Amino acid sequence: MKHVLVALILACLTLCASAALDPLLVRQLAAEDSDEKIAAIEALAKSGDPEAVAILKQLDEGTLKDEQGEDITINNRVRGKIAEAMAALRLFDPDKGARLVAVKELLANIDPGMAPMLAKAREHEGEPSIKALLDQAYALATIRAADPAARLAAVKALATSGDANVRTLLLDYYWNKTAEPDLAIRRAAFASYLEVQQRIEIADLVGKVFSGLSLGSILLLAALGLAITYGVMGVINMAHGELLMIGAYATYAMQGLFRAHLPGYVDWYVLAAVPVAFFAAATVGILLERTVIRRLYGRPLETLLATWGLSLILIQAARVFFGAQNVEVANPTWMSGGIEVLPSIVLPLNRIVIIGFSLFVLSLVWVLMNKTRVGLFVRAVTQNRPMAGCVGVPTSRVDTLAFGLGAGIAGLGGVALSQIANVGPDMGQGYIVDSFLVVVVGGVGQLAGAVWAALGLGVIAKFLEGWTGAVIAKIAVLVFVIIFIQKRPQGIFALKGRFVEN
Amino acid sequence: MAPHARKFGSLPPTGGAHVSLGRPGGDMTMPNRAPFIIRFFTAMPKTGWLGLSAFAALALVLLPALHLLVPEGNPLHVSGYVITVGGKIMCYAIVAVAMDLIWGYAGILSLGHGLFFALGGYCFGQYLMRQIGHDGAYHADLPDFMVFLDWKSLPWYWVGSDSFAFALIKVLVLPALVALIFGFFAFRSRIKGVYFSIITQALTFAAMLLFFRNETGFGGNNGFTDFKRILGYGITTPGMRVTLFGLSAVALMLTLLLGRYLTTSKFGRVLTAIRDAESRVMFIGYNPLHYKLAIWTLSAMLCGIAGALYVPQVGIINPGEMSAANSIEIAIWVAVGGRATLIGPVIGAAVVNLSKSFFTQAFPDYWLFFLGALFVAVTLWLPDGVVGLWRKLRGSKA
Repeated sequence: MKHVLVALILACLTLCASAALDPLLVRQLAAEDSDEKIAAIEALAKSGDPEAVAILKQLDEGTLKDEQGEDITINNRVRGKIAEAMAALRLFDPDKGARLVAVKELLANIDPGMAPMLAKAREHEGEPSIKALLDQAYALATIRAADPAARLAAVKALATSGDANVRTLLLDYYWNKTAEPDLAIRRAAFASYLEVQQRIEIADLVGKVFSGLSLGSILLLAALGLAITYGVMGVINMAHGELLMIGAYATYAMQGLFRAHLPGYVDWYVLAAVPVAFFAAATVGILLERTVIRRLYGRPLETLLATWGLSLILIQAARVFFGAQNVEVANPTWMSGGIEVLPSIVLPLNRIVIIGFSLFVLSLVWVLMNKTRVGLFVRAVTQNRPMAGCVGVPTSRVDTLAFGLGAGIAGLGGVALSQIANVGPDMGQGYIVDSFLVVVVGGVGQLAGAVWAALGLGVIAKFLEGWTGAVIAKIAVLVFVIIFIQKRPQGIFALKGRFVEN
Repeated sequence: MAPHARKFGSLPPTGGAHVSLGRPGGDMTMPNRAPFIIRFFTAMPKTGWLGLSAFAALALVLLPALHLLVPEGNPLHVSGYVITVGGKIMCYAIVAVAMDLIWGYAGILSLGHGLFFALGGYCFGQYLMRQIGHDGAYHADLPDFMVFLDWKSLPWYWVGSDSFAFALIKVLVLPALVALIFGFFAFRSRIKGVYFSIITQALTFAAMLLFFRNETGFGGNNGFTDFKRILGYGITTPGMRVTLFGLSAVALMLTLLLGRYLTTSKFGRVLTAIRDAESRVMFIGYNPLHYKLAIWTLSAMLCGIAGALYVPQVGIINPGEMSAANSIEIAIWVAVGGRATLIGPVIGAAVVNLSKSFFTQAFPDYWLFFLGALFVAVTLWLPDGVVGLWRKLRGSKA
């Protein structure tokens, strides 16, 4: 019974004709006693042999058989050891990605016994980024080594970390006199702690500014269209959020179309969705303007109510056509994942793309407003409608165009939103107040104002969220806006000129 | 908005013009003015009194009698459901009249009146929660949701919530106070039109988020419910039901009387003047801030009262009452009935809410289509509501 051999391994050994694995160790894996098994696993892990991975995997899955052809059973303790050993062995994997995953896995629970193996992996490693992580792991494994020089080196090496766990470890190390009697090493630990602390703070700051910018760019896409229509016509389109929703559903529809007919190009459905969403939302917007909003000219409060009614109809229509549940819009592969700026902070790619996209839309709108004849007309009507009419600007056509443009931009906002938020019939409801606040703070009819206001409010909201929680942050932003209007009723950038109220 | 031809001729400007009367500061009071109480009741014309009396007979005598005295099963019996729905709609009607006072007469569209309604409801709800006593699921001193959150004592804003009188004072004062503070800052910086509307919506939205939090101490998502009694009397007894119904009717009638008095007074005429041409009103020496603030605060107070009457009748109050959709619906009641009339909002609140109960039961998928179409149709084709339509059909002067 005890006398066992692993048939599969033997087959493997003969096939590969490599005798690198110690057959005794493999045999020990089938030992009755868990401690013996674990000892064998640890020994295999230290060997750094790629073949050991295959054996351990079989052992883990329960497909490894002993000499008599019986399954070798293992318990959870052994299973845990196998996972660690496999991570350690994968440090020698020829694939870079696998090595990176392995070292990250190991960093989570390092123990001093791994030090020799990590040292070996460090020597073999050619990739600088992985080597840096291995240095960290080695430092963590040797921080309690008997040799003071090794401890000092470990403590110093940890200064390059950006991990919150390492930060607390270093601080504990500094305070714990019994565990570390050498004052110089403890001082070095404190110096490293300060460095790590600073790095974490910077990472935190970067993270907050980034998520603020990302929120701000969404706000900007939602508010740009509103700013144009409010500037030109003086009405708030309460269905603006639903135009975002139309853009998002257009993206969803394009995704479905690509999946069904162009499966090879699914990754590019987002690009195709951009014009589709723009024109879908613009068409609906122009339709709304022509049928309803135009007839309420000069009655802004009634327009508010009528457009609210339209938004209810659009929401219900979306429920009827697409169902009341949220639909699934997947990120294309080139937008998934993230860029790692620091070990503790990853900037998601989809948000980076959206920030870039909103900058792109912004520059398009800027060119349109400042370099084209249509833009000139729009600005003229914004500043003084009767005067513009007098000098021959076709104000009613400008209204329709501006409304279509504003709606189209909202559609583009919907494309962006579909990549980071849920797509459902109610998705647009929350945006009208936020985008209006952006318009109010930025100043009516001011592109630059809208940009500063959107990014500013986004960043402020994210910083407040960190301190007070999302709800209080929202209330604080609102209070801030109300106080702001007290001081600057015309927004950050007031139009210069003479105006008649009422 | 169609410009309403109003006569401003008799409006005296404030300031020194009337010093010759020999009464400093007496320019707003005429020498032989009748006492307030007389003016309050005589402002209503005869037809109005006729309508009010008919309404009083129906709501205070006939329906209660048919509910309490006629046995169930008799075709003349009025069910508890009808009484509850009727009471609910009268509360909505009070809110609609309050909304009309600021929108129809002063031209300020609030998209946040749900907040004041809910605040009144929550103030009275606190009392109702304390009246549950030990009959809750946990049989504890504290309301159930506090036990659930593992709170050991009442937070400071629950102090005195077991007193009925204090609850009534809070209902009257708290919504008014919130409105006063918010209105002061908003009107002072002359925020108006759509700016004001959206800011009120944002305010309500923020309040809703606040009340949704469990830590705020108002029952979070679920709000207050499962009430047992008022002043020791069971809340579901027919007697209590009829009492609340009658109180709602009385409150509605008093609101209408007050509305009539205010809108026919000098104060009301300044308000309509502000609505039609604010700059001109300022040029002749009035400060619109005081007028707007007064009617705004009063309107919020009326909403609070309506909310306090509403909560015991429907048996629940939760943050959903503060949602943007609810507040905008109030505006559509007024628009459907007819702005700048007092009977219009009452009719509008009744019509819209009755059709809501009908649609949400018969065609739940089409209610939003209907409501949305109503918003569009009324603003496009019925700017003066059904009252305006009726007047037009009768050919009488608007």
